[in-house]
Amino acid sequence: MKRIGIWTGQFLLYAAFAAAIALFSRWPAYQHLAPDQALVKLSFVHHGERLGECQEQTLEELAKLPPNMRAPTRCPRERSPVTVELDIDGVPAYRHVAQPSGLSRDGASAVYHRQEVAAGPHRIAVRLKDDPRSPGFDYVLEEDVELAAAQILVIDFDSADHRITLL
Amino acid sequence: MDARRAGQGPLQRAWLALERALDRIFPAGGNPLAHLGALACLLFAALLVSGIYLYVAFDTSVGGAWASIDTLSRQQPLAGGWLRSLHRYAADAFVLVTLLHLLREWVLGRYTGFRRYTWLTGVPLLVLAYVSGIGGFWLNWDQLGQYSAMASAEMLDALPLFAAPLTRNFIDPAAVDDRLFSLLVFIHLGVPLLLLFALWFHLQRISRPEVWPPRALALGFGGTLALLALAVPVHSQAPADLAVAPAALAYDWILLHLHPLAQAGGAGAAWALVAGVLGVLLLLPLRGGATPVAVAVVDPGNCNGCRRCVDDCPYSAITLEPHPNGRRGRQIAVVAADRCASCGICVGSCPSSTPFRSTQALVTGIDMPQWPIDALRQRLQQALARAGGARRIVVYGCDHGADLRALARDDVAGFSLACTGMLPPAFIEYALRGGAAGVVVATCREDACEFRLGARWTAQRLAREREPRLRDVVPAARLRLVQAGPGDESVLLAAVEAMAAGTAAAAATPSTGARAAR
Repeated sequence: MKRIGIWTGQFLLYAAFAAAIALFSRWPAYQHLAPDQALVKLSFVHHGERLGECQEQTLEELAKLPPNMRAPTRCPRERSPVTVELDIDGVPAYRHVAQPSGLSRDGASAVYHRQEVAAGPHRIAVRLKDDPRSPGFDYVLEEDVELAAAQILVIDFDSADHRITLL
Repeated sequence: MDARRAGQGPLQRAWLALERALDRIFPAGGNPLAHLGALACLLFAALLVSGIYLYVAFDTSVGGAWASIDTLSRQQPLAGGWLRSLHRYAADAFVLVTLLHLLREWVLGRYTGFRRYTWLTGVPLLVLAYVSGIGGFWLNWDQLGQYSAMASAEMLDALPLFAAPLTRNFIDPAAVDDRLFSLLVFIHLGVPLLLLFALWFHLQRISRPEVWPPRALALGFGGTLALLALAVPVHSQAPADLAVAPAALAYDWILLHLHPLAQAGGAGAAWALVAGVLGVLLLLPLRGGATPVAVAVVDPGNCNGCRRCVDDCPYSAITLEPHPNGRRGRQIAVVAADRCASCGICVGSCPSSTPFRSTQALVTGIDMPQWPIDALRQRLQQALARAGGARRIVVYGCDHGADLRALARDDVAGFSLACTGMLPPAFIEYALRGGAAGVVVATCREDACEFRLGARWTAQRLAREREPRLRDVVPAARLRLVQAGPGDESVLLAAVEAMAAGTAAAAATPSTGARAAR
């Protein structure tokens, strides 16, 4: 092949490679959320209540234990699953029973759910149950919110104040 | 030979045709498809150099990351901005070139047998390349980085790996602190280093790995990316805001295509796809049908541990160990069966492979059991004897190169070897002394040798630059070295015709001269 042909061919191939990188590193634009939508994220990490009651140990029981394990009360480790329900505008949107983590099921239960909703006013209702001994839900939040387009509303659980929060 | 050629599927033939076409545009061994691994190394080096500069200017806090990169791009458009753009484009090119490299090896069937280890150690590099690339977007901490970080966390949370969801780290602005950001920086620095370490394993069974492309190709490729970074600079998108979902993003589909897939089909489906692809890649070498190769055999009586086969083996399959004869300081070549490619290049390098030895049966220091060098000598002797008084042209070729059957000429005796590198140069002189009019040695293109180094070693041996060297007594006019890969039969035929014409003219010249003298 003549030199001019070689140079032209190389130029075209290098240009095509550069064009492909320049193009597909920015085009087509991607929008994962439609312009008129908002996002509700339900996310928390919460320890359910222990399934069993703590028990005082008798002196005889303590005597049978090694000295370093003689705690006056003995608590079962396993925790309750955490049940959460989310209603948006009175319509059930999500229900989940989060199991406690850990081999002994004594860790926290984690929930993450992402829900797209139309921007505008909504009534959000969240119910959370973490104790099998109590009737009904242990924590409830109902609130009217006004969501702008692309706004992210986070539903969390404040472990310090023991309440469901909207961020 | 025939089985090998018949084994080429349409895809393989199409790929080889593409490479031949590119050979014409990138002559003199500069075909980018033949240097994809080296190009990936070049891009990795570019990423490393540009990355070091960016890291110097980078503010590793969550509050300052975006501003530091944006400032760099605006205040130093020719240095910082250009390097930042080059860093990004090199990352894109790195993944593309790596994928092409994998595709080429797959199409050419280079994943079984002795190549299994190299293939299997290459698959994790692909994962590390993607992780490195994706992690780079997080550091910029613009809306694209925010989306990628969140999408990555959502994908990882779909796996039962973490007690607390990673998504909570990006759930609101207060969740992303400097400590978390330091972790992201560590990922983007640590994973490429891990990739470099894994690359060392990948190249373990390749001797003299090509980690730098030919100069012309390096300049062309590097220059293209440098110009692209100058002409189309990369700019940050709006700063991340975890209270707002990112709007329409100028999206890097080359590196981030997994996120939209997970978004559309769910994280589980995306992981299933990733696992499926990786599973197929990792199971490919176990696919049946790969014919076991014959392993080179060392003859202790003829091996003096000269080390030439160790130096010439393209796959580091030969080592030296103490010789069983127990003589002090003597060594013997030992072949690792699982690494032997059955190329025979070691036979061509062995000084004992000379056909001039007077032994009735030619036993060399290292030989291929399926194509012993003695058989080649016998076939050559028979072919020259069959020629009677006619002077024939001897052609030594390669099973993976131009098909010698295309040379349907009575004056040609063709010998196709596993690789032309298997040919001891003394066989050329032996053929000429045996009555051959000339010798044509056909190798594949140097950068397309099936066994990597066969064409290069052959050329160097015939140029008397490498042991075993062709002796000076061989006249240059009676030897022709030609690069003729698969499909280049016309090139080979032209070389043979030129040799035939040359030798005929040379044969006529002395008699003419003699007549003139009389």
